[in-house]
Amino acid sequence: MRKALVFLLCLAPLALLVWRGARHELGANPIEFITHATGDWTLRFLLLTLAVTPARRLLKAPGLIRYRRMLGLFAFFYGTLHLATYVWLDKFFDLQEMLKDVAKRRFITAGALAFLVMAPLAITSTAGWIRRLGGRNWQRLHRLVYVSAAAGVVHYWWLVKSDIREPAAYGVALAILLGLRKMRQPGMAPFSKKGAIPG
Amino acid sequence: MPIRHSQVTPRSVYLNRRAFLAGAAAKFATPGKSLLSTTETPTPYQDVTTYNNFYEFGTDKSQPAQRAHTLITSPWSVTIEGLVARPRVIDIDEILKLAPLEERIYRMRCVEGWSMVIPWVGFSLSELIKRVEPLSKARYVAFQSFYNSKQMPGAGWAGIPFPYVEGLRMDEALNPLTLLCVGLYGDVLPKQNGAPVRIVVPWKYGFKSVKSIARIRFVEKEPPTTWSRSNPAEYGFYSNVNPKVDHPRWSQARERRIGEFFKRDTLPFNGYGPQTASMYDGMDLRKYY
Repeated sequence: MRKALVFLLCLAPLALLVWRGARHELGANPIEFITHATGDWTLRFLLLTLAVTPARRLLKAPGLIRYRRMLGLFAFFYGTLHLATYVWLDKFFDLQEMLKDVAKRRFITAGALAFLVMAPLAITSTAGWIRRLGGRNWQRLHRLVYVSAAAGVVHYWWLVKSDIREPAAYGVALAILLGLRKMRQPGMAPFSKKGAIPG
Repeated sequence: MPIRHSQVTPRSVYLNRRAFLAGAAAKFATPGKSLLSTTETPTPYQDVTTYNNFYEFGTDKSQPAQRAHTLITSPWSVTIEGLVARPRVIDIDEILKLAPLEERIYRMRCVEGWSMVIPWVGFSLSELIKRVEPLSKARYVAFQSFYNSKQMPGAGWAGIPFPYVEGLRMDEALNPLTLLCVGLYGDVLPKQNGAPVRIVVPWKYGFKSVKSIARIRFVEKEPPTTWSRSNPAEYGFYSNVNPKVDHPRWSQARERRIGEFFKRDTLPFNGYGPQTASMYDGMDLRKYY
């Protein structure tokens, strides 16, 4: 029940976007608005996913682990929407232009990396894949989420023209979340060697 | 064709305009038409006045419309100085009477890859320049926007230094297309669009068209410009619209006209090549971007 509620909450940003779009309330440049909104929510869900582990410890709420996969998949979901906006509404499926972008424009290279790294994590997010890979390998693979989040922040940082406040805020949040992991207390090892679902 | 929500001027906006106009000069008497105008459909007033880059009021394009009301535009004067025979401080009321006002419908291409069509009101900057009699040594015109951190809160976060400065070569400043602009859509300029007086240089990227001008200085050497100073690899002095010279971070080959779904090709000199290209004969426009 609670999980269904969180699921619906995660869909709220998209619902709001569609609602405002239907009412022509996305401003003078709706496509830019959609691009920024889906990009923002990709980063936010990535950071929320990374917040689960420290939050379990700090809030003494180990049960939060139940939401982590969903949050991660929503990061991938909004990332896919973000990419689709670029591929369709910005480049109109012009493959050559897109390849040129990825090669020439470092902020797009970083964004492409952030997305590509997320894809295998989404695919292997099921219980079946955890079993198949073995918990330890699975956990190793899923450390790529740090790469994705860092590349996402860099992607945003390299995009802005001069006002770096927002990408800097995401960067600070990411640094804090990673820092909290360093301070992990012994005895709270979230991952058992036998390969239960890691935390 | 159905009228979109965004094309209708909302009640709050036109009520604000009325209040503003009641306090300032009334709407312009019908300005004359200009042969320099494009026949393309103008971008809706609502979009022209709510989607602005005016970093003194915030870097989000919706912020100038929300915040620029703190700008005091009356009284207003422009200081004209440097290499001119008749340096002076000229009041906005006098500027308005300097030459007959015309409506000039120009394309506007932003360096970010979007464009608009805007019915400006004003007259050629050359009308002002010839009245102050530049000396023969004057080869460039430097412009400075008004800056006041109390009237422009939030400017401190923009990441570029203020006051905003820009410049044109003398022949560019004297080109009949270069507009000294005091209005749009037949009204005085809204504050977020650079009230009470700005320039419009339609064959260059939008950031060359300085808003809310406080100072015009005639100089011998190429003056510093805000964007090229803060990021010289990405923004040059000339900044002519050029689909062949990409911004390092994005292509300039195409643009999205506000209100349109598909992108359109960007034209050299924003389509004003016939009137402007000859000024750059023999110049390598890749080097002088």
